[in-house]
Amino acid sequence: MSVSKLRRSLLYIPGNNPNLIQNSVLFGADSLMFDLEDGVLASEKDAARELVRSALTELDFRGHEVLVRINGMDTPLGEVDLEAIVPAKPNGIRLPKANSPEDVKACDAIITRLERAHHLPAGSIFMILSLETTKAVLNAHAIATASKRVVGIAIGAEDYTADLQTERSLTGEELFYARSALVVAARAAGIQAIDTVFSNVNDDAGLVAETEKIKQLGFDGKSLISPRQIGPVHKVFTPDAVAIERAKAVVAAFNEAKAKNLGVISLNGRMVDLPVVLRAQRVLRLAGLEEQNPSGGAAK
Amino acid sequence: MAIQRAAQAGSLESCDALIQIEPATALTIEVKSDAAAQFGNTIKNTVEATLAELGEKTAKVQVTDRGALDYTLRARVRVAVARAREAKS
Repeated sequence: MSVSKLRRSLLYIPGNNPNLIQNSVLFGADSLMFDLEDGVLASEKDAARELVRSALTELDFRGHEVLVRINGMDTPLGEVDLEAIVPAKPNGIRLPKANSPEDVKACDAIITRLERAHHLPAGSIFMILSLETTKAVLNAHAIATASKRVVGIAIGAEDYTADLQTERSLTGEELFYARSALVVAARAAGIQAIDTVFSNVNDDAGLVAETEKIKQLGFDGKSLISPRQIGPVHKVFTPDAVAIERAKAVVAAFNEAKAKNLGVISLNGRMVDLPVVLRAQRVLRLAGLEEQNPSGGAAK
Repeated sequence: MAIQRAAQAGSLESCDALIQIEPATALTIEVKSDAAAQFGNTIKNTVEATLAELGEKTAKVQVTDRGALDYTLRARVRVAVARAREAKS
């Protein structure tokens, strides 16, 4: 279920900011990520942890999906964060610096222990991973499949680019391989691929251009740092009217063939096989026109 | 565990509260808020209740409120107390 949720936009919310936390449900993001890591001063990590825990426990996020980006497993803070946050029942954990299967398994084990200790349904909390080194990208599939909790993998561009020993650019050539590798690994693992943040909140055109590019590469969504970025990103991921009509026609042909028990589906003289049907169903989902009875081959 | 030193948590940003706490022989809670007339008492009660939960019976607490909701007040008080309990480094 968690793997097929729409996650076009995952909005980072600094965990030590009550104003942003309590207003986060107003922005229209598909997922909210309360940040305990890079968006919080080192001297305020304890305060952010407690504020996010308190918010999760006392506020109603009106059905929005809420993740918490904890600190990495490379510091003791990661486990301290999980101890505080898991009992407060976030929907998921965003794990930064997920650079090896061991990092993922370590986080999974702590969540499992805490789910048991606090009588939460086993496996109810999912994980989205940020891969941030060259080794991680090379090992993406093993990392993606290191735990059943993982529903998506993301690229952490800043650390990765530093590891490549080059600099970030607007056109992003330096990220091309990592982005492609991530999408391939995600699809092979049956999970989602999430792209990195676009740091310049004043450059709408740049954001749209990058989002169009990564959508074409196969990404399901993008991490965002400002509510301003949500609208433009959703627009890129929303199919236009022509694409929607085409998708509806494909799905109608598929349903008709199923009803008549026909072995082959054809539309306008062209054969329509399963990948085409799945793509059409995805288009309708992105357009908010979910089909009532998805085919058995749809993603889990 | 007792409060050993002065400490604070929170900020003066909108929707937040600054909680300043120090050891004392009695419990005093002073609230500064633009909405003191309407909410001063509620803020005081929330702070007092949180201190009681934590087992703190004496302290001098100053609350500078910038429109914090209860979950924020509680969180800031808990952190201020935890920081105040840390041994002097």
